[in-house]
Amino acid sequence: MSEPILKVDNLKTYFFLASGTAKAVDGVSFTLDKGETLGIVGESGSGKSVTAKSIIRLLEAVGRIVDGSILFEGKDVLKMDNKELMDYRGRDASMIFQDPMTSLDPVFKIGYQMVENMRAHQDISREEAKKTCIQALRAVGIPQPEVRFDSYAFELSGGMCQRVIIAMALCSGAKLIIADEPTTALDVTVQAQVLKLLKQLQEQNDMALLLITHNLGVVWEMCDKVMVMYAGKNVEYTTTGRLYEKPLHPYTWGLLDSMPSLSLDSKEELKTIKGTPPDLRLTGTCCNFYNRCPYVKPICRQCVPEQVEVEPGHFVSCHFQTKEKRLTRGEVNPYEE
Amino acid sequence: MKNEQHILLEMNHLCKNFRIRSKKLFGKTQTLHALQDVSLKVYEGETLGIIGESGCGKSTLGKCIVGLHEPTEGEIAYNGKVISSPKENHFADVRRDIQMIFQDPYSSLNPRKTCLKSIEEPMLIHKFSLDARQREEEVRKMMKEVGLDEQHVYRYPHEFSGGQRQRINIARALVMNPRVIVCDEPVSALDVSIQAQVLNLFNRIQKDFHLTYIFISHDLSVIKYISDRIAIMYLGQVVELCNAQDIYVNPLHPYTQALLSAIPPSSPFEKKKPIELTGDVPSPIGEMTGCPLAGRCSKCMERCRKEKPELKPYEGNHQVACFLYGEQEREER
Repeated sequence: MSEPILKVDNLKTYFFLASGTAKAVDGVSFTLDKGETLGIVGESGSGKSVTAKSIIRLLEAVGRIVDGSILFEGKDVLKMDNKELMDYRGRDASMIFQDPMTSLDPVFKIGYQMVENMRAHQDISREEAKKTCIQALRAVGIPQPEVRFDSYAFELSGGMCQRVIIAMALCSGAKLIIADEPTTALDVTVQAQVLKLLKQLQEQNDMALLLITHNLGVVWEMCDKVMVMYAGKNVEYTTTGRLYEKPLHPYTWGLLDSMPSLSLDSKEELKTIKGTPPDLRLTGTCCNFYNRCPYVKPICRQCVPEQVEVEPGHFVSCHFQTKEKRLTRGEVNPYEE
Repeated sequence: MKNEQHILLEMNHLCKNFRIRSKKLFGKTQTLHALQDVSLKVYEGETLGIIGESGCGKSTLGKCIVGLHEPTEGEIAYNGKVISSPKENHFADVRRDIQMIFQDPYSSLNPRKTCLKSIEEPMLIHKFSLDARQREEEVRKMMKEVGLDEQHVYRYPHEFSGGQRQRINIARALVMNPRVIVCDEPVSALDVSIQAQVLNLFNRIQKDFHLTYIFISHDLSVIKYISDRIAIMYLGQVVELCNAQDIYVNPLHPYTQALLSAIPPSSPFEKKKPIELTGDVPSPIGEMTGCPLAGRCSKCMERCRKEKPELKPYEGNHQVACFLYGEQEREER
C-alpha cells in the first residue's frame, strides 16, 4: 500500500486547567489511507473532537499536544511553521463542524467567504474563483447556485449551510476532510442527504474522510474503519464489519446493546452501561472503564491495559482480550460486586 | 390493545397559529401555522409517541396539552372536560395532573436552586398541605425512585451530569403525582449509554405510577421502543397514526417511508431501498393549500397540490392522511 494520507501515532493532548490536567486524548493511534473513511465514535467527553482539533492544530490555548506525532502525507503536522500550517489547514485538510449555522460568518455573503478561502491558498483571480465556487455549489446540490452565491448564511437552512461548507472543502481540493459530527444538528431526512453527498464526493475525488460521530448508524453507513473512544483512550479499532460482527471490548458491547433497535419488536428493558464516564483529570492509572465494566477484575484497577492487535487489523485495549486470553460476551464475573 | 379503553386526553381539531410581525414598519403580519387540525386521542396508561422533524409542531402540541400555549382553534379535553381555555376554573387541578419534562436538562433547572428546592417547588405552587419536613421527605422518596442518591438533595444543578439532571426533572414531575407526563425530547440531549438508562427509568415509573406518556422525539428508534402508538407529524399535521410495530413493518404515508429510509442502518451490511425526499421542509408561514408533502413527494399527484388529505382509518388502528390510500379504500368498496 502507498503512503497513508494521515498517520497519527500515540497522540496525547492534555488540557492544563487550574483544577488539574485533563487527559482529553491519551495515546491514540490510527492511519487513514486515500479514499478511506474512518469513523470515530464515543460519548461526549471521550476526546473525539479534541482528536480532530489536534489533527488540524486548532486547539484552545489551554490544550497542548504533549506527545505523539501526526504525519500528513509524511510531513509532521506538529513541526509545521505558520505558513505551512496555512496551506495545510484550508487547502489540504478541511474541517466540517457540527453546527453549520455558526461555522459560516454571518456578516459576509457565502460567495465572498468561499472566494476568500480559495484565493488564500491558490493564485487565481476573483472571476475564476467565483466560477469554481459556483460549480462546487452546483456539485453539492444547491439550487440556483448563482443566486445563492450572493446570499448570507442566515438565509439558508442548516442542511444548505452544511452543503456550502462541503462545497468549500471541494473547491480547495482537500485531500482530507475532517467532519466533526456533521449531521448531528440536522434532521434525519436532511442528514441522509448530506451523508450521501459526502460519500459521493469522496468517491469522485478520492478524498480521505475522518468522520466523528456518536451515532453508530452513521458509522455503519459511511465508514470502512472505526475507532471507539472512551475517556481519551482508543478502546477498539478495526474495520466496520468486524466491529459489528465481532466486537471485543466490553465498552463496545455496552454501546451496541444500549441502542434501541428499530427492526426488533421488543419491549424488554434496554441493557445499559451503569454509571457515568470518569473525570478526565483522574484517568491514566488504571483501565478507564473499570468502574462501569461488568467484567471488572482486580487487575483492571491496577494497571492500564495495552493496546493489542488481537487479530490482524483488530486492536483492543482490554486486559482480558489478548491473543492468549478471551473474554466472552455475557460471561458471569465472579469479581463483580 | 383493548378496544374499550378510557380516553384520558382528547384533542379535537387543534390549530395553533403564531403571528409573526413584519420587520418593516407597516409590513403585513404573517401567520405561522404551527398546528393544523390535529385530532388525537390518548388512552389511559398508554404511551403515545410523536415524531417529526424540527419545526413540525410536535413541541407546540406538547405545550398546548400542558397549557403553556392556548390553541387558536379546537379544544383539548381531559377526562371529558375541556381544558384548553383558561376560563375553566379547574385549571389548577388539571395542571397538576399533566406534567411536562423538557428537552434540555441544562436549562430546565434553575441554577440557583438546590435539587431539593427544584423538586419541592411544584408542591409549594400547588399549595400542598405539607410542612417543610414532610416535603423534604417526599423529595427524598422521589429522588430514590428515579435513581438519584438521597444525599445529593442539597446539591446544585451544575454538580449533576446531564442524565442526573434529567432524573431531577422526572422527580419534579412525579412529586405532583400526575396522570399524564408530556415528555418533550427528554433523551435527545443525552449520550447513548445514559439515554438507555433514562429510557428504562421511564418504563419503570410508568408501571409503578400508572402514567400515561406523550413522548415527543425525533429519534425513531427511541419512539418505537417506548411507545404503544405513534403519530407521525409533518408541518403541523398528523400524517400517520399507527401502532408502534406497524411503523417499521407497514409504513403507509410517503413521508413515513422516507423517514424510515433516511435513518442510518442498524448494521453495516444492511441495504436499503432509497426513498429520498428532496429539498428541505417548507416554511409553515403563510397560507397553505394541498398536502404539506406535495412539493417533496415522489408520488405527488395533481390532486395533492389542491386538496388537503384528511387523516382516515386504513386498517384497524392504522390511520393515514394520504390520497394514495383513499383511492384504494374506495376501490375495495
